Amino acid sequence: MAAKPKLYYFDGRGRMESVRWLLAAAGVEFEEVLLETAEELQNLIKGGKLMYEQLPMVEIDGMMMVQTRAILRYIAGKYNLYGKDLKEQVLIDMYVEGMRDLYDIIMLSPLSLPEDKEKNFSFISEKATQRFFPVYEKALKDHGKNYLVGNQLSWADIHLLELILMVEECKSDALSAFPKLQEFKARVSKLPRIQKFLQPGSPRRPPMDEASLEAAKKIFKFEKGLLLKYSSTILAEF
Amino acid sequence: MFALSSCIQGGQQEESSSTSVLVRLFVLSCLSENQELRIMAAKPKLYYFDGRGRMESVRWLLAAAGVEYEEVLFQTAEDFKNLIKSGKLMYDQVPMVEMDGMSIVQTRAILKYIATKYNLYGKDLKERAIIDMYVEGMRDLNDMIMFFPFSLPEEKQKILNYILERATQRFFPVYEKALKDHGKNYLVGNQLSWADVQLLEVILMVEELKSDILSAFPKLQEFKARVIKLPRIQKFLQPGSPRKPPVDDASFEVSRKIYKIDKNFVLKHMS
Repeated sequence: MAAKPKLYYFDGRGRMESVRWLLAAAGVEFEEVLLETAEELQNLIKGGKLMYEQLPMVEIDGMMMVQTRAILRYIAGKYNLYGKDLKEQVLIDMYVEGMRDLYDIIMLSPLSLPEDKEKNFSFISEKATQRFFPVYEKALKDHGKNYLVGNQLSWADIHLLELILMVEECKSDALSAFPKLQEFKARVSKLPRIQKFLQPGSPRRPPMDEASLEAAKKIFKFEKGLLLKYSSTILAEF
Repeated sequence: MFALSSCIQGGQQEESSSTSVLVRLFVLSCLSENQELRIMAAKPKLYYFDGRGRMESVRWLLAAAGVEYEEVLFQTAEDFKNLIKSGKLMYDQVPMVEMDGMSIVQTRAILKYIATKYNLYGKDLKERAIIDMYVEGMRDLNDMIMFFPFSLPEEKQKILNYILERATQRFFPVYEKALKDHGKNYLVGNQLSWADVQLLEVILMVEELKSDILSAFPKLQEFKARVIKLPRIQKFLQPGSPRKPPVDDASFEVSRKIYKIDKNFVLKHMS
């Protein structure tokens, strides 16, 4: 029997959460190695296990995979969540890459300065409801099928559900103008593996709070503004 | 239409590969000249600003694949606004590439499509995984270089140092080691892939910032010399190719004024 995938990260959502979601949707059990100190991260680095000295890292099928997108693509490809042909793949890619842009904004917002938090929340809400959700609402409306691409569950659907729930944590009525997305959310949440992942006790992590932010800061060095993806947010050197 | 379906029907009993080639030729010959030309001659069309930005990697990859393409380069803010109004941009963002009947957006989606279609993505899922790990790291470095012109004057030196440090401490050692360990000519699977094309692009861009940046990386120097000599790459590096020059302060100021570019613009409209 193949060894279970092993996820190396800190005890929080961060970039690893999408991996947890996708493995759960694929019905793949996994283990987690949760780092707590900077020293543990240094040991991993010294052990030569991290290609770019960064997390996330997933040990899977004899590889030590890094770079979130590389990991997600591998899982999607392996577990038949990447469409049935190249054209479906590119559509899935277009959807998930857009989602990841919004995802990154949300993920980094706990790291922003307190005085920027309000601004960030409205920025997130605005981006979600003006740029991203309309695209997926339209896709579902136009083809009238249950899933975003090719009439079967794919990485795009999993990522969309994850994203919807995260946006709703910022603004609970974020889907008020999106009836198809509401149906979509209800439908995909009910899938057995997703249900299971949404239960307490699953590997799913709660939103970042002060305590987990402090825990992350212990492990990672945060550099302010250098890579400036988003004004006044801090980029973690994961 | 009728002629086409009877052509296809004729071929359905046959199984062998040489016969299927004949069937395909037969089918093609049934198409009208116009249909044939349309299918075979539709070049990809790249929509972007007249500069490198995120589209440059696409130009490189198509060139390496030997695929000719056209470019629609914005000259004014109006051009860009009109494209947004046309509804062709899924997220109101460029790059966008019209190809095979689709308007593809999101640079990674575009690059993955090209790499897969033109056999530059390894031979199996595991090779793809390695290629992905390599190109995602390169993209991080690429982004740093791309955003560099936007940095404030007082930050420029610090950011430049950071970029060079990242290149020589974090990224180049990885690719140097890979080439050293397997001793092959290409990064993955002993054949040219997206990873090799991206690596050459990144090397040349960092060299524009510091010409001797490869001094501590003998394998990368050999790699660079070798890949540069490939005919399609050679062609792309000639004057007159679609390759765009690095940003210089003067042209950047012009663009900035035309498009009112600031960091927010980039974040809003470029992915």
